[in-house]
Amino acid sequence: MNELVGKPLDRVDGRLKVTGAATYSAEYYPGNLAYGVIIESAIPKGRLKNLDTSVAEKAPGVLKIMTSQNSMSLHFPAGSDPGNGKYAEKDLLPLQSERIFYGGQAIAVVIAETFEQAEHAAMLIKADYDKDKPVFSLEKNIDQAYKPKQGLGGSEVQIKRGDADNALQSAAVTIEETYTTPVYHHNAMEPHATIAEWKGDELMMYDATQSVMGSKNLMANMLGVKPEKVRLISLYIGGGFGSKGFSWPNTVLTAMAAKLVGRPVKLVLSRQQMFTNAGRRTQTIQKISLGTDNAGKLNAIKHATTSETSFVDEFVEPAGIATAMLYSSPNADISHSLVRLNKGTPCPTRAPGEAPGTFAIEAAMDELAYKLKMDPVELRLLNYAETEEQKNKPFSSKNLKECYRQGADAIGWKQRNPQPGSMQEGNYLIGYGMATATYPANRSASTAKAILFADGHAEILCGTQDIGTGTYTIMTQIAADAFALPMEKVKVKLGDSSYPKGANSGGSQVSASVGPAIRAAALGAVNKLIKMAIADSGSPLHGHKEEDIVAANGRLYVAKTNSGESYEQLLSRNGGKVEALATTNVSTRQQEANPAAKSGAEEEAEKESKTNAVVQDDEKTDRKPYAFHSFGAQFVKLRVDKQLGTVHIDKIVSIMDIGKVLNLKTAKNQIMGGIIFGIGMALMEGTGYDPNDGRVVTRDLAQYLVPVHADMPEFDIRFIDKPDPYISPIGARGIGEIGITGITAAINNAIYHATGKRVRDLPVTADKLI
Amino acid sequence: MSDLLNQDEKPHRGGSTRREFLTQITMAGAGLSFAPILVKSVTPTSALALIQPVKVNLMVNGLAKSLTIDSRVTLLDALREGLAMPGTKKGCDHGQCGACTVLVNDRRINSCLTLVAMCDGAQITTIEGLAKGDQLHPMQEAFIKHDAFQCGYCTPGQICSAVGLVKEGHAKTDANIRELMSGNICRCGAYQNILEAIKEVQTT
Repeated sequence: MNELVGKPLDRVDGRLKVTGAATYSAEYYPGNLAYGVIIESAIPKGRLKNLDTSVAEKAPGVLKIMTSQNSMSLHFPAGSDPGNGKYAEKDLLPLQSERIFYGGQAIAVVIAETFEQAEHAAMLIKADYDKDKPVFSLEKNIDQAYKPKQGLGGSEVQIKRGDADNALQSAAVTIEETYTTPVYHHNAMEPHATIAEWKGDELMMYDATQSVMGSKNLMANMLGVKPEKVRLISLYIGGGFGSKGFSWPNTVLTAMAAKLVGRPVKLVLSRQQMFTNAGRRTQTIQKISLGTDNAGKLNAIKHATTSETSFVDEFVEPAGIATAMLYSSPNADISHSLVRLNKGTPCPTRAPGEAPGTFAIEAAMDELAYKLKMDPVELRLLNYAETEEQKNKPFSSKNLKECYRQGADAIGWKQRNPQPGSMQEGNYLIGYGMATATYPANRSASTAKAILFADGHAEILCGTQDIGTGTYTIMTQIAADAFALPMEKVKVKLGDSSYPKGANSGGSQVSASVGPAIRAAALGAVNKLIKMAIADSGSPLHGHKEEDIVAANGRLYVAKTNSGESYEQLLSRNGGKVEALATTNVSTRQQEANPAAKSGAEEEAEKESKTNAVVQDDEKTDRKPYAFHSFGAQFVKLRVDKQLGTVHIDKIVSIMDIGKVLNLKTAKNQIMGGIIFGIGMALMEGTGYDPNDGRVVTRDLAQYLVPVHADMPEFDIRFIDKPDPYISPIGARGIGEIGITGITAAINNAIYHATGKRVRDLPVTADKLI
Repeated sequence: MSDLLNQDEKPHRGGSTRREFLTQITMAGAGLSFAPILVKSVTPTSALALIQPVKVNLMVNGLAKSLTIDSRVTLLDALREGLAMPGTKKGCDHGQCGACTVLVNDRRINSCLTLVAMCDGAQITTIEGLAKGDQLHPMQEAFIKHDAFQCGYCTPGQICSAVGLVKEGHAKTDANIRELMSGNICRCGAYQNILEAIKEVQTT
């Protein structure tokens, strides 16, 4: 049954979203609700000497001012990782001491009857500090760089094969260049928002998060409450892009504030606070060295990245990670270094690592192609990686050559004059550029519950969440196929920590992880229904063999005779509903960091899964021999104003090899969104810091520019749409991140082709071209 | 479908559900069956000592609302917090993202830059007021058909802005639509699909 999966169906939550009826985390109204506002440190390093709250306390409507003096004690979270809840600042719990490690750090929370009163009182608080000398320049402190042992979730970040230094010395052609990217901020449209309400020792939270299960576990951990006493809901999320993957101080502060005043509290970060207190993509300095023979065959690849982290946690932007597997080369040396700065902690941002990393390696490949006088596509084909050479494994599925071919045709690659600066139209220089896109195909363990009801409808419960990408829709498609029901009879419920544990929305893993669990649960429920019919003497299917019975359109019947009955008829005689739990315990990662202790419910699901043939088939597939990656080719045509240096993108062609496409409509939208994020990275985004006090100066959307309607080119987005035979029975790999990879390099390479100027420092603003 | 998806909104324990809260502040509004929320008057809780309370009469989605409210409250916060109508979104609170766009006397405005005290006697249309009962506004239909959103958070502002733009009579070319919609940021990047949706409504 594979009728709905793959169809370009409208979003199932579309009506809720266009009528304003979808409820985001700040949009609940428990009785007696109070409002919290965070006060931030105005200095980047030192100690809070005195906080004068006396005037603010007397301001109208103020309930309490929460400081380190009266806030509840927190526990350092144990086993903190993205899958089970990652607190962003592991060495700095909020309002537990007077020490200050970055500008914008929370030093107090005003809680008042209304938002206006809380904001007003916040202005009346006076802070005195003992200031220390901070560090906030990555370039000036590069001598302080150290090599981290591992990256997020225990991943390897220092990678070597062969001897790249030696190979570079004997290479016929080499290039060695440094590429830099600025700090970028996610700027999801929905600010980070939490509502917390205590009832005795039980805590109810609405929180904008990319991990309801992780956030719940983390809150229980930090607040010292049993996990079963915390329920966390996140039905609709206004974008995350990584910023809502870790928990930031605002979430736990809301729970602490609610405890302090004994009332439910709503706390929403301001747009300005999102620049200091909710993560960012780090600045990177990336040195790339490539060596080839005279024909252009790579013999050595080096990619050394220096990025920043905070003094209160360690985050590695793994910019070189894709370079290790992107091209065939016997020698490779990938390294990452970190410098600690007095800024908030960085975190994953859409394709952490790959987004800035593919800018550097793919711009370097373009430079190499020009130096070799080769076509950039030909250079990539010559160095095509047929296998994953670092892990020495075949790819589960790779159709990148076809991506290059289709992309080149669609943009008119062969018709261009490859000479830089040679193509003009009136006042504009015309440029064509291309680059490779890639992102790993992640899958992790997930559990789902399926329920068939006597009224003929079915439900799926899964503790994952839809951060806006279309998870509700594609999971309804998968579930409806498996239940053999139409879309409108299936309700997929996500975003509630009381459901079985689903994957967190990070690493493009939800579709590949949750989809198979939901499918297995739904098929498990139908199988139970079949067994129920066989055992029921009142059923026309009584006594038939299981393998002779088919499910279609909400009905079970014997294939040969068409004799059977509807789910409703069967269930109404047999207790009204049937439930199935399924856990698909599959991971494409090398290691699962800090697996959390299993709850009773999880153990129950695993036990049931042992008798679920779909789960057993899925788990039987040996995935260890394969490397799982998605690929794509990005092609750009743009024009550069000769006098003004402004860049106008005319057309972007993106050909993606991401396994099976679950829904062409939502998939195209998601890839387009990734590309547009990349347009921002390439041409306009970048967070500016005051060199004197280290504070963010581009603290709003008038200073931090993101792409708008007027910046849009024509898009041609296509998919190879060949199912990955090993990732899951569905064959789909995730697509949340791959769209942003390669695109900044493709734009950069097109600018070089148009102008003959190579800008190695993003974003490529007009001043760098005139 | 919307019924099927409208998940339980119950808080964990105690407190009011959103629906219960709305019921508590709902006044009689017979004859206006399409209205999603009927609020005649919202009186702040007793502990609220207002510095400068102002009395404002509004027509919101065709319904009369009377508010006695802090003079500092923006139209956006009056809608979201005072009237419990969260369809209008807060993205930046500085008039830079457009998520809070509503129609005031048929003109599209940023409700975060508008004090509710300035709106006495105004006709306000929010995303909750565009549909006629179950019948969606053509712009809402077109947004669904062309997949003109992902997360949905900028969507109410995009739709109100698009409805205003079509009324202004300037949605004639792609370039015009793109320019005149550039005050509404979509971080998910559904711009191309928003353009298609607006073009469809413009030409029908």
